[in-house]
Amino acid sequence: MKLNKILLMGNPNVGKSAIFSRLAGARVIISNYPGTTVEFTQGYMKIGKEGPMVIDVPGSYSLEPTSKAEEVAVQMLKDGDLVINIVDATNLERNLYLTLELLEKGIPVVVALNMWDETKHQGIDIDVERLEKELGIPVVPTCGLTGQGIKELVERLSEAKVLKVHPLSDKKKWESIGKIIEDVQRLSHHHHTFLQRLEELSIKPLTGVPIAAGVIYCAFRVIRFLGEGLIEYVFEPLFENLWLPLMMKLSLILGEGNFLHNVFIGNFIDGQIDFGQSFGLLTTGLFVPIAMVLPYIFSFYFMLGLLEDLGYLPRLAVLLDKLMHNFGLHGYAIIPVTLGLGCNVPGALATRLLEGKREKFIAATLMAVAVPCMAQIAMIVGLVGQRGGRYLAIIFSTLFILFVVKGLILNKVLKGPSPEILIEIPPYRIPQVGAVIKKLWMRLCGFLREALPYVLLGVLIVNILYALKIIDLLAGFFGPIMTKIWGLPKEAISALVVGFLRKDVAVGMLGPLNLTNKQLVIGSTVLAIYFPCIATFAVLVRELGIKDMLKAAVIMMTAAFFVGALLNFFIP
Amino acid sequence: MKIDLTEMRPGESGVIADIEGGFGMTKRLQNMGVRPGKKITKVSSQLWRGPQTVQVDNTKIAIGFGMAKRVFVEVER
Repeated sequence: MKLNKILLMGNPNVGKSAIFSRLAGARVIISNYPGTTVEFTQGYMKIGKEGPMVIDVPGSYSLEPTSKAEEVAVQMLKDGDLVINIVDATNLERNLYLTLELLEKGIPVVVALNMWDETKHQGIDIDVERLEKELGIPVVPTCGLTGQGIKELVERLSEAKVLKVHPLSDKKKWESIGKIIEDVQRLSHHHHTFLQRLEELSIKPLTGVPIAAGVIYCAFRVIRFLGEGLIEYVFEPLFENLWLPLMMKLSLILGEGNFLHNVFIGNFIDGQIDFGQSFGLLTTGLFVPIAMVLPYIFSFYFMLGLLEDLGYLPRLAVLLDKLMHNFGLHGYAIIPVTLGLGCNVPGALATRLLEGKREKFIAATLMAVAVPCMAQIAMIVGLVGQRGGRYLAIIFSTLFILFVVKGLILNKVLKGPSPEILIEIPPYRIPQVGAVIKKLWMRLCGFLREALPYVLLGVLIVNILYALKIIDLLAGFFGPIMTKIWGLPKEAISALVVGFLRKDVAVGMLGPLNLTNKQLVIGSTVLAIYFPCIATFAVLVRELGIKDMLKAAVIMMTAAFFVGALLNFFIP
Repeated sequence: MKIDLTEMRPGESGVIADIEGGFGMTKRLQNMGVRPGKKITKVSSQLWRGPQTVQVDNTKIAIGFGMAKRVFVEVER
């Protein structure tokens, strides 16, 4: 038989993605919380010369779909030639249900008994030969993380054949699974490991809430420590010592005041190049994304990757569930919000994990309004932090209050139920260094690929708009709103224009305006709220539809208008 | 004694007796291993009618309060 399409199927959280990347060697994200593989991944496998296609099918518990991901899985099954059924060996009984369903479909199946290494720690003993005999198909113990058993799995694909099975009812299926389990599985008593004890503690309210607070506090300390360290000891010295002399030479060649000089080098601040404020393509255009933002992106995604692979996020979702229901969301919405802190784009994408349309709308709008991305946070910390920590505190507490108030209002105004949480909580697993680094690397590349062009474009547009005096025109037109209501100078309009392209550049543009502390706080806050950046906007249009996105946009602009006005009124 | 999931004490075990829910809810619970006849252990419950965490076999599951109210368990007290 010729193999064209091999499907990897299994319950969520059984390590399918890890097996997939072993088989296909393709770049996929391996992660611990349910739902990362809602979008399927495909690659090509090396068996002989044919190289059949391997598809990582979204995780599903059964072939009678109860979610969108499962519907996709059932659809994909129709044109597969062979199924590698990934089974969690530490959860054999529940996993075998899907196996029996697959056998009834008349497609060749090979079982990969994954997480094999964990069965020993947990006192589970499975008789593989016996299981193979009872199911009538090849069963291979594997470990996706170490690669154990993968070779044998590939070798035995040729043994797979279609079985003649009479379809059983639900009840009969569980009965026959019960019999199989009785025959092949022996459980022995085992002591709770340290991780298992920690698992229990982090889900009990009395200990879980302090642990969550501790985890979040530590995470942010580490992010700041790493981010600041990289800026101070690596990137700033690099720019000052290596890049600055080059730029000075270029500046001499171009000649100060010249149009090209303005575009590439920018304006001199106090008679010299200032990477933060000059606003040339090669000065600020490179310095902002690389030296000011990248270090924070690095440290944020490093920390997030660790927490994801450890399996902590679903626990946070459970602890926060009750609180989030006040905003019409369930605890799971903490995942798009957390991702949004890195970059609003993956945050907006992750809203599809949420079930209802209403929930998606609330989560997306709240994130776009009140969750600034790491690039923006880095710039705000860099710029406003110099004026004193309390100004930072005003900005971030304003955003937090906005999140809460907006959530309460949306929950009241929008009709519809907020669905109840029902999620599996995966066991803690020690994050694998390789997997964490791989994921971090992909995210950093993603940032540079997405951000660098937009930053450069943003800086270029600013320079052109200045040269053509369009900024002056806009400033004259919108000036009254800016000055009367927000108390900002009318030149700040240029930051709002650029903010649509990149929020970090926009915050940077407030720097050279010589703002007072109060103006700087208002400007940064309004910039965070008024509109998402173009990349987030595009994703939101796709996820919510144009009509809902327009609604969300009105909400955002209204919020910016009022919050700016209130800050202007209340800050002395 | 038959009680619902929310009434179990943390650490207490019992056997699932029945689930009063529509097809969708019953199916989703069953997929995660929560079905009549299985041994179930309560792990914790969040305050103010928050989600209930239970363990069935080797799986821990968080179930919303309202849903947990409709899962009945036979316990010995």
